Amino acid sequence: MEAALAFVVSVFFAVAIYLMLSKHIIRILLGVSIFGNAVNLSIFTAGRLMREVPPIIPEALQTPDSAIANPLPQALVLTAIVISFSLFAFLLVLAFRAYQELGTDDTDGMRVAEPEGEPLPPLGY
Amino acid sequence: MAAESIDISDAMVIQPTTLGDWMIVAPVGVPILFAAILLMVRHETRLHAGIAITGLLLTLAANAALLLQVLADGPQVMTMGRWLPPFGISFVADALGASLAFVATLVAAVCALYAMKDIGATGRRYGFYPFVMALMAGVGGSFLTGDIFNLYVWFEVFLISSFGLLILGSTERQLDGATKYAILNLVGTTLFLTATAYLYGTFGTLNMADIARRVDAVRDTGPLMTLAVLYLLAFGMKAAAFPVNFWLPASYHTPRIVTAALFGGVLTKVGVYALLRVLVMMFPVERVELSGVIAWVAAGTMVLGIMGALAQSDVRRVLGFVVISGVGVMLAGLALGTEEGLTGTVLYAFHSILAMTALYLLAGVMKELGGSYSLHELGGLYRAYPAMGAFALILMLAVAGLPPASGLWPKILLVQASLESGLPWLALAILATGLLTTIALGRVYILAIWRNRPEGAPSGEPNARPGLGYVSLALLCIPIILLGVYPEPFIRIAETAAAGLLDPSAYIGAVFPVEAAQ
Repeated sequence: MEAALAFVVSVFFAVAIYLMLSKHIIRILLGVSIFGNAVNLSIFTAGRLMREVPPIIPEALQTPDSAIANPLPQALVLTAIVISFSLFAFLLVLAFRAYQELGTDDTDGMRVAEPEGEPLPPLGY
Repeated sequence: MAAESIDISDAMVIQPTTLGDWMIVAPVGVPILFAAILLMVRHETRLHAGIAITGLLLTLAANAALLLQVLADGPQVMTMGRWLPPFGISFVADALGASLAFVATLVAAVCALYAMKDIGATGRRYGFYPFVMALMAGVGGSFLTGDIFNLYVWFEVFLISSFGLLILGSTERQLDGATKYAILNLVGTTLFLTATAYLYGTFGTLNMADIARRVDAVRDTGPLMTLAVLYLLAFGMKAAAFPVNFWLPASYHTPRIVTAALFGGVLTKVGVYALLRVLVMMFPVERVELSGVIAWVAAGTMVLGIMGALAQSDVRRVLGFVVISGVGVMLAGLALGTEEGLTGTVLYAFHSILAMTALYLLAGVMKELGGSYSLHELGGLYRAYPAMGAFALILMLAVAGLPPASGLWPKILLVQASLESGLPWLALAILATGLLTTIALGRVYILAIWRNRPEGAPSGEPNARPGLGYVSLALLCIPIILLGVYPEPFIRIAETAAAGLLDPSAYIGAVFPVEAAQ
């Protein structure tokens, strides 16, 4: 089961990196979103998979009586999802505003902050 | 009931947390509290500066108390939610984290003071001061947390606050710079999370002290080198190390100058701190194997960074490249890994936080008095404002590493450590960087301050009152000169920090007192 998920994670990473290598902001953002999901899945897989045994200790016992699912990766993934989702929402708005103001989503054309052909500093005075 | 007979004292904190222990989270809690207060009075923009400065001074006092306590008694620990480590999230203040948090809060307080002038009512209404407080909560949390996933969360806290600060004003240049900054930094922190996923898969724990004490046991079976390389890449990106530093010169010259001052002083050092914490304390053997790579990265960052500064004509962009070059100097100590080298790195981090913030503020004062950031248009400032010329001279000497200012001692330590470790070329790179920094900033000094004002250049604001700028610069110049002329106490703190990284037994013992006593 871990092997299958590891394969899925690798596909996610490959797709994410391919998209992030694009020069169009919207593709980069799709890549970032998939990148975040790839990481979430790999945290989930790194916690080892155990099906259908909730991590609940019976009332009379101090420790679980059988192997149980690891609850921690779910907490970690949940935190990471919330964070990456909110940052992704911010990035979407930022990209849209940049597109409105700069008129392009091509990173090669976004040269307002670093204009091409800036003069060198004065060489003498 | 069976539940009553269970002895939970092995797994949980039974005693209530003492008041002294709350000190450890105060440097994070106070800024969050004040960020909330500032949000509640969002429309009373006149109150913002006073509330924020009060909050940052309280944070500074908490940091100072914590630092004194750490220096007297060793690392301090507080565990959240009653679960004992490694299950609960620990906050661990050691000399490294507490001292960096103190210096970072100091410059944030000065920035909040300078922002009284630089940020108008509109900027305040859009939340400048709450963002600063949230940023400092994230930075403080990063320096003090003892849990690597929690470190990721604090990274995201200050990252989202920095986004807010960066686009305050929403001009075209800011949107352009912020897009690149935001995407590349988000990729960097996601890489950090990737590494943390594999770290958890390997160790089954996220507590840094727990990892540090168990790392030797899994060295033969776990992919530790992969983890170390991933962390090096992720934190190298946050620290703006060559070749993953291109987000910094693309964005740091676009926001308001006080925002740039805060970023240039504080944010890259959090990346350097994380590199020290993870590579030196958690993966010492892997760091030794990677030291050749880190040394080349360090040399490349410092030399190429300062060469970038030589080619710029906008003062803010010059400073962006000087920040990068300073990161390279700090990485040199990480590459060496000796106590002396790490002491130099920590001391350079103190110096760099203070000096880079002060230089950006100086650029702000120059813009106000000279009317421009461009070296083509600035001039004649020495004649009109000699006090500003004096501040500029001190700060430029500091960054170039010349006496009597703060840059001298860390560079001496790092050069000496490089020579002792048999890496003369690294020492040469540090010295050459110093020379090139002197040239780059000396040119800024000559063009902007010494020469007469060029014909047809814009003049400064006619009734400019640089008083607040001078006060801010003076507040930063005092510790800078103190570090230069009386460095012993600072070197001692840095030595304690470096020793604590190289031998984390005190750190581990503080987190696991029961096991340490056995």
